[in-house]
Order: sequence, then structure tokens, then C-alpha cells
Amino acid sequence: MQFTSMILSNAEISPGYWRMRLTAPQEFAAATPGQFVMVRVNGAIDPLLRRPFAVFDVGVHTPPQSGAVPQVYFEMLYRVVGKGTAMLSALHETDLLDILGPLGTGFDQGNADEEKLIVGGGIGLAPLYLLARELVTRKSPVRLFAGGRTRDDILCITEFERLGVECYTATEDGSLGEQGLVTEALKRRLDALKGKATLYACGPDGMLHAVAKIAAQYGIPCQVSLEGYMACGVGACLGCVAPGKGHSPETPDYRCVCTEGPVFESSDLKWGA
Amino acid sequence: MSIVKPDMSVNLAGIPLRNPVMTASGTFGYGEEFSEYVNLEAIGAFVTKGLSLKPRAGNPTPRIVETPGGMLNAIGLQNVGIDAFIAKKIPFVRTVNTPCIANFFGDTVDEYAEMTRRLNEIPEVVALEMNISCPNVKQGGIVFGTDPACAASVVAACRAVTQKPLIVKLSPNVTDVVAMARACVDAGADSLSLINTLIGMAIDLKKRRPVLANVTGGFSGPAIKPIALRMVWQVARAVKVPIIGIGGIMNATDALEFILAGATAVQVGTASFINPGAAQTIVEEIEAWMVANGVADIKTLIGALEV
Ligand SMILES: Cc1cc2nc3c(=O)[nH]c(=O)nc-3n(C[C@H](O)[C@H](O)[C@H](O)COP(=O)(O)OP(=O)(O)OC[C@H]3O[C@@H](n4cnc5c(N)ncnc54)[C@H](O)[C@@H]3O)c2cc1C
Ligand SMILES: Cc1cc2nc3c(=O)[nH]c(=O)nc-3n(C[C@H](O)[C@H](O)[C@H](O)COP(=O)(O)O)c2cc1C
Ligand code: FES
Repeated sequence: MQFTSMILSNAEISPGYWRMRLTAPQEFAAATPGQFVMVRVNGAIDPLLRRPFAVFDVGVHTPPQSGAVPQVYFEMLYRVVGKGTAMLSALHETDLLDILGPLGTGFDQGNADEEKLIVGGGIGLAPLYLLARELVTRKSPVRLFAGGRTRDDILCITEFERLGVECYTATEDGSLGEQGLVTEALKRRLDALKGKATLYACGPDGMLHAVAKIAAQYGIPCQVSLEGYMACGVGACLGCVAPGKGHSPETPDYRCVCTEGPVFESSDLKWGA
Repeated sequence: MSIVKPDMSVNLAGIPLRNPVMTASGTFGYGEEFSEYVNLEAIGAFVTKGLSLKPRAGNPTPRIVETPGGMLNAIGLQNVGIDAFIAKKIPFVRTVNTPCIANFFGDTVDEYAEMTRRLNEIPEVVALEMNISCPNVKQGGIVFGTDPACAASVVAACRAVTQKPLIVKLSPNVTDVVAMARACVDAGADSLSLINTLIGMAIDLKKRRPVLANVTGGFSGPAIKPIALRMVWQVARAVKVPIIGIGGIMNATDALEFILAGATAVQVGTASFINPGAAQTIVEEIEAWMVANGVADIKTLIGALEV
């Protein structure tokens, strides 16, 4: 759906990373983990295209005033990387944004009793919070593995902890948690579990590739959330595609990230293509 | 006397349109993708993604990049192919009471003609739009739409196998668009649509590489409007068939400018990515503009530019 949304809050939560809360229509409450929105940053033609962002959280707020109507809201977690995100970070409470969404196919939450290991790199945590929340609600054991270059890239860990999720962190410079890659901690956990778990990952390509490899080694299911350069977000432009498992230059096999994804089984994709 | 309901209908080479606003090929999927956001029965017509005999997988990624006021795309004409179009897309088209125009292309003259034959048999397809901005693989890869003789031969081959209105979509990547237009009309085109995308390029300085995997891509969006307007104006003065104006149309003002320049209808492309309801909004805005400006019939605006 397309709607005009009012910004409820917009704050820098870590250097370069922002969290925005926005109003949404009633139907938006049905958004599922892994889905995204396309945000029109302003009404002008620069930036021209909408920008895609994961749904970080969705909820209902009942204002304390008596007789106030409950308001559905959603949140985005974003990193300032260019023009559009810089403009978003300059917006204030009560500013309006044109939103398309929720869009795409999100995470499959699997069966409840198996342990769920969630791996996020930097801003890749954005679609994983709602996932963790839903998994916890379904009584799945959940652990989070969050990696980044420095401590500034490790976002919202307290939020995950508040859900009761056990969190492991690793940074390349050792400023928070273990020094190195968080996939090491992931492998240790998998060894302890004797490889009975489901993986979920979102983050930079290198990390996704590493997690996909680990999943293949341990023979366990793994879902990854991909990025693609999107123009429409609704399956019309075919700009966002990613190579599927059968892909080769001779026999191309492209999957539409905005409709078939952004979440895919890692084994359905071609890695390093 | 004030106008309550202005007449927005136009006739495009025998196809009556309720209004002159259509969607552009490759920017509106097969219609269904947008049905949640647009009332398809509020627009004049919709044009399908470019179709070919066999499905096409398209180009490697990145396929898209934004540039100031525009975007580059190198999708590589990915499409489901004519068989899947008939089996999977036509059932939806049938439910919509709005003319569907099939855009198509081929690698050779024979493929274009075969596509025309196939599309000719589909009752739901009211008109055909030929994308001639494709290389002729049998003639050293020369782009059909950049050589008048080449264009004429492929248009003539398609003309010979259909009675349906045949729209030829012109490439702007030519020295003399009027010569191309004349060649296509002489070969039997019932209408011309222009412009297709301009060939452009973007570079990532940090990586010292082109941004698009295909290196070059088609440039579209508001940045190309002045070029498109100029070409529509030149072509409309030179040929007698109805013209469809395309290029950077974002709002009613843009659309009306094309109509003044000589277009009978317009297509909205990139704008649908930014606002999926763009085409419908433009219809509503044109109507409001006509009421506000006392224009009772849109046909009186076609080519009404005062120079
Ligand atoms: C499904 C999906 C979910 C995403 N979720 C988040 C999120 O939750 N938080 C977050 O911070 N980022 C997210 N991103 C990435 C985010 O969309 C880009 O960082 C943002 O579009 C950059 O815009 P910009 O104008 O600031 O940067 P620009 O100056 O335009 O470009 C900087 C870089 O951003 C990327 N980019 C730019 N435009 C697009 C586009 N239309 N589509 C995809 N990538 C683009 C390109 O790689 C480009 O090189 C997501 C992307 C996708 C595809
Ligand atoms: C992503 C994309 C895909 C396109 N695919 C096709 C196509 O398959 N066939 C075609 O004739 N034109 C295609 N076009 C060109 C458009 O139909 C239109 O001519 C062009 O984008 C200029 O209009 P605009 O500035 O309003 O977008 C495509 C354009 C874009 C942006
Ligand atoms: S973004 Fe247009 S098809 Fe996915």
C-alpha cells in the first residue's frame, strides 16, 4: 500500500546510524519480518528514486491522553551513506514522508523448537529485530551474533537482550566483544548444537557468503536477506535481481529481490557469481 | 460557460482512448504489478514490458543507477517470452477494460515478423508497439532504429503480417530523428512513439569502474524531457501519423507540453517507479487543468504550440 506517514521521532543512535519511527495505517500492522518499505525522501526529483529500508519494528502506540486512538507505527534503522539517507537524517518530528509498503517476501519462521541463530553485520541488523521478536513470541530459542568493524557498528543490542535473546558480539578492532569475525562464535555454537539449528543472516555480501558457506558445511537451512539496487520495489523494473543457484553466464537465472525476496534460502542463490 | 467534464478522449490510429495518458514499456510490468496502486481503468492504455519469442534472462547486475534527475538502466530486455505472456499474463489483461498495447522486439527481421504474427492472434492486444532500439544480429549488430533502411525493412516485414495498429518506437540515439520517422511511416507505421532511452553511462570513481555491469545503459527520467520534447516537435511537423510523446513525464504540465508539441498521446515511464499511481494522477491533473483553463476538448491542444 502507499501512504503518507508522519515522523514520530528520528534520532542518531550511534555515529552515522539513525532510527526513525513513523505512523502507519492499521493494515501495516500485518508487516512480517524481512519485509521492507520504499521511502520517497522528498517531493522533488533529486533524489529521484525511492530508497528501500527494512521494517525494523512495528507496533501500536496508545497515547496516554484519555480518548486518544491507538496509532500503528513502524521503525526503520538506517545508515547515512549518501544523499537520500543524509536528507532523511535531517528530517524532524511531524515531517511527512510518502511510503510504499510493506513489500517483499520476508523470513520463514520455521518450526518453533529448533534453535534459531541470527547473524547480523552492521546495518544488517535492521530486518532482524522484528524477526527475533516474532521468533521469541513463538517460543523459539534465539541467539544473536552481531558483527561490525567497531563498537559503533553494533546496533540496538540492548533491544535484543530485552527480548531475552542471548547476544554475541564481535568487532574487527576488538572495541566491543570478541576481536575478529562473528562467524567464529557462530561456528562454536553450531558445534555445541551438533548442527541442529536454522540460520538467518543480513549484512555485507562477504558476511552473507561466509554464513551461507557455514550453513552448507553444517547442512542446515539458512535464510539471507539481500540488497539489490531498486527502482520500483514491486517487480516491474527488474533492476533488483540476484543470481539464483542455477545461474551461469550461459544459462542466466535471476531472482527478483523485491518480490521473490529480499529473503532467500541461501542454497537457492548462486554465491560469488 | 464553465466546463464540468472536459472531453479527454483521443483516437490513436484507430484505437479510441478515454484519455491520452498511457504507461511506458518496461516501467509498468504487465499491468498486474501496479493494479494495487492504480485504477487501470482510469488511464488511456497500458503498454507491456518488451516481449520476445523466447524468454530473456537479462543482463548481469548492477542493472540500475540513479543520476541527477534521471536513471540509467541496463535490464537487458528481461521478459517472460510470448508463450508465458499468453498463458500467464493475458488472463489478467482480459479482466481490465483498458486497451493493452504489446511492446515487442527481436534479433532479426524474421523474429520481429514472427512476433507480430503471434501478437496479431491475441484478441486482448489492441495494438503493437515495435521497439526498434535493438541490434540486428544478422547485420553486424547494427541497431535497427539507427539506420533508415534497416528500420524500414523491419517495419515493412511486420506491417505485412498484421492489420492491428502498428506503433513504431523511435530511438533518440540518431543524428536525424526525422529521417528515421519518415522511413518508418513510409514502411507502414500507423503511429510513432518517442523517445526510447538515451544511451548513457555512469562511473564509480572510487572503484574506477563503470557502475553498470553492462557499462552503458538507457537514460530516462525528468532529465531527458527537453530532448524528448524537441524530437516530438520535429517529428510531429514532419509526418502525418499520430505521435506518442515519451520522456521524463512526471506530471500534467509535462504531459500537456508534449501534446502542445504535437503528441496525440503520452506515455509515463520512470515516474511510475517513484509514484506507482503517476499515470492516474496525471490524468486527474490534466482534467483539472482543462477545467481551470476552459479547455473543453483535449484534441484542440494537439500540436497547438505557437511558434
Ligand atoms: C531490501 C533492502 C532493504 C534495505 N534496508 C536498509 C535498512 O534497513 N537500513 C539501511 O540503512 N539501508 C538499507 N538498505 C540500503 C539502502 O536502501 C541504501 O543505503 C540507500 O538507498 C542509500 O541511499 P542514499 O541516497 O543515501 O545513497 P546514494 O548516494 O544514492 O548511494 C549510496 C549507495 O547506496 C546504494 N543505493 C542507492 N540507492 C539505492 C536503491 N534505490 N536501492 C538499493 N540500493 C541503493 C548503492 O549501493 C549506492 O552506491 C536496504 C536496501 C534494500 C535493497
Ligand atoms: C527500467 C526500464 C525498462 C525499460 N524497458 C523497455 C522495454 O522493454 N521496451 C521499450 O520499448 N522501452 C523500454 N524502456 C523505455 C521506456 O518505455 C521509455 O521510453 C523511457 O524510459 C523514457 O521515458 P521516461 O523518461 O518517462 O521513463 C524502459 C525504461 C526503463 C527505465
Ligand atoms: S525493484 Fe523493480 S523489480 Fe525489484
